[in-house]
Amino acid sequence: MPKKKDYINGLPDPSGLKEEILKKYPPKVAKKRAKSMIINDPAVDQEIQANVRTIPGIITQRGCTYAGCKGVVLGPTRDIINLVHGPIGCSFYAWLTRRNQTRPAESDENFMTYAFSTDMQDENIVFGGEAKLKEAIREAYEIFKPKAIGIFSTCPVGLIGDDVHAVARDMKAELGINIFGFSCEGYRGVSQSAGHHIANNGVFKNVVGLNDRPRAGKFQVNLLGEYNIGGDAFEIERLFEEAGITLLSTFSGNSTIKSMEYAHTADLNMVMCHRSINYIAEMMEEKYGIPWIKVNFIGAEASAKSLRKVAEYFDDAELTAKVEEIVAREMAKVKAVADTVKPKVEGKLAMMFVGGSRAHHYQELFTELGIRVVSAGYEFAHRDDYEGRKVIPNIKIDADTRNIEELEVTKDEAHFRPDLVEKKAKLEASGYEFKDYAGMMPDMAKNSLVIDDVNHWETEKLIEFYKPDIFCAGIKEKYVVQKLGVPLKQLHSYDYGGPYAAFGGAVNFYREMERMLATNIWKKVDAPWKHEPEIVGSITIEA
Amino acid sequence: MRKIAIYGKGGIGKSTTTQNTVAGLVEAGKNVKVVGCDPKADSTRLLLGGLAQKTVLDTLREEGEDVDLDDIVKIGFGGVRCVESGGPEPGVGCAGRGIITSINLLEQLGAWDDKFKIDYTFYDVLGDVVCGGFAMPIRDGKAEEIYIVVSGEMMAMYAANNICKGIQKYAQAGTVRLGGLICNSRKVDNEREMIEQLAKQLGTQMIHFVPRDNMVQHAEINRKTVIDFAPQHQQADEYRALAKAIDENDMFVIPKPLPIDKLEKLLIDFGIAN
Repeated sequence: MPKKKDYINGLPDPSGLKEEILKKYPPKVAKKRAKSMIINDPAVDQEIQANVRTIPGIITQRGCTYAGCKGVVLGPTRDIINLVHGPIGCSFYAWLTRRNQTRPAESDENFMTYAFSTDMQDENIVFGGEAKLKEAIREAYEIFKPKAIGIFSTCPVGLIGDDVHAVARDMKAELGINIFGFSCEGYRGVSQSAGHHIANNGVFKNVVGLNDRPRAGKFQVNLLGEYNIGGDAFEIERLFEEAGITLLSTFSGNSTIKSMEYAHTADLNMVMCHRSINYIAEMMEEKYGIPWIKVNFIGAEASAKSLRKVAEYFDDAELTAKVEEIVAREMAKVKAVADTVKPKVEGKLAMMFVGGSRAHHYQELFTELGIRVVSAGYEFAHRDDYEGRKVIPNIKIDADTRNIEELEVTKDEAHFRPDLVEKKAKLEASGYEFKDYAGMMPDMAKNSLVIDDVNHWETEKLIEFYKPDIFCAGIKEKYVVQKLGVPLKQLHSYDYGGPYAAFGGAVNFYREMERMLATNIWKKVDAPWKHEPEIVGSITIEA
Repeated sequence: MRKIAIYGKGGIGKSTTTQNTVAGLVEAGKNVKVVGCDPKADSTRLLLGGLAQKTVLDTLREEGEDVDLDDIVKIGFGGVRCVESGGPEPGVGCAGRGIITSINLLEQLGAWDDKFKIDYTFYDVLGDVVCGGFAMPIRDGKAEEIYIVVSGEMMAMYAANNICKGIQKYAQAGTVRLGGLICNSRKVDNEREMIEQLAKQLGTQMIHFVPRDNMVQHAEINRKTVIDFAPQHQQADEYRALAKAIDENDMFVIPKPLPIDKLEKLLIDFGIAN
């Protein structure tokens, strides 16, 4: 067992740990899991196995395809009625659990606080649920008069063959509003990632491009893959507003379906969560010629870098000056807080297993505080999120991936922007990078342990080995980890905290780490059954 | 009470055979209940003199939870208690789930209460065992004896073999056993010998060979079983014989389904391939 002081000269070699973890598995499982556990070496290209089926019986962190489509991508959009076609449990457990915030103007609709469901019963399973779905759409329309309704298919819908797309077409004709369906049954893919892809396809097909709104600003951008957990988007929006950058639409934190309709009039797409949204960025470039860049607003340094990258793209003196002014001002504020927090938490150890980009992005914040990330991994990412987009041509397309529709996208001659294509070519020639996601592994230290789709057994062994000071994951892991005496910070919902994005968010996160780490309370966690027997009993024999 | 399920390839004559056999049992003084497990709801037509039956699922849909046993059990030929599970229109919903719902409801309502003094329950199940719902009658001991209706036609034999796989699966965990094959003749060459051989290889018996006779068709057009329509006809005696064989049957086995090559060899050996 390495002691903390060993970490000063780099991270310990976790080969023994990996071996010990694998030893517990049956040979076939061990062989498979070994490929998803990589002892990182940023100096060389390493291949990790990702986006493959979870082994049955393993306690995974993953969610389902429906959760990815309904909960993640479309859940945060406030003026669409997201109607779940299925039994009530699927609706209830996908209802605002991610703490997506939204800020409607006073006259604006906000349907996010409702859970809409067809509440399928046995009878609808046996006789088919299409009639009930139509009724639900009519009812929702009558009460709320929304601009759009999205229909989300849960598992049984696929099993009994209800055609949600046909229902959507019929109801669209009947009601005259935008109605579209998603075949996002929970079992469609190996994780929620499939749901993201299905959502991207649906939004691109049915929403983007419906409204050719005239220009509203000099620099028009979209922010893709930002979900406004705990108010993150508000922090970012404030920066753009001050800099004079017009944020047309966010996919999908603090967003409206209306704004997505004119998202195709942007000059640039910024991709935050690469995993969940790169599809729509790619399709918009193909169809409209809008280039995309990878940004990250988690971490003060990363935020500054991202802002500067946007300014560089527009190449406007006034904008650049404004961005520099903001960065200088905000960084000073951030530094003041960092200076007080850092001495209290420096050298602590963190590990994080979350999302498809969060496990990467949050390393920025930890690094800024001098906290070492000893192990990290994603729940549902693909190889490119670990190794960088350069591996995309080499990713094996398996049957599970083929299960998801791949849209045929063609150039929209009327809306295509040759000027942006030209701009991109020019900038690229001068070394500016587009579609520039290099993945998590090159940014991680040597000997850090990278694990895809980590499970509870592995989690326990990791904690035993590293004795981390903080563990970042979600609600399913929270209490198991805390019972081991390690505080857990939820990076899906932020527990009750946030925002953690941009400069203001960085300050919040530093304070949160101070609260969680500059304390000895967790060392005092001690399970009572370690000292007393769990059950005390006695037997009486009746004569 | 003996609980019997009849399986077999679609169109093989399960419903016809079941109802005619039931008529034979009724004639012999048995108290019988028939549960149709086919969304078409035509398993009790000959016993009831037409499609007079309101299905369990339709009733459940219209009446809500408040269903009375009398709403769904109709008394047919010789006092047979007839139930049709029913189900969705072709191409929608889930008929398998429908059967599960319907059998559960029947049990809840006490359809098998002692007061009915039922000697036999027959489940007449749609086609092949296509999904879990259609296997319902052989799960959880709902049916304990299975008879497979088969003919000398290749696809019917394939289906019979497949059904045996289903039975084997549930037999190992429960009480269900194969009681035998009923050969419903299609006048295929060497049919009797071939089915006897198939039965032997499956580890069971051919419990009866029902010859092909147009009288079955005549009776059916008149919405009657042969025993009801033409009690003196020789075909009526065939069904009486089948009913008697089932009543006296004591050979209940866990079948040993054949590998495909063995099944095909059987067909070749008996001359189908020529």
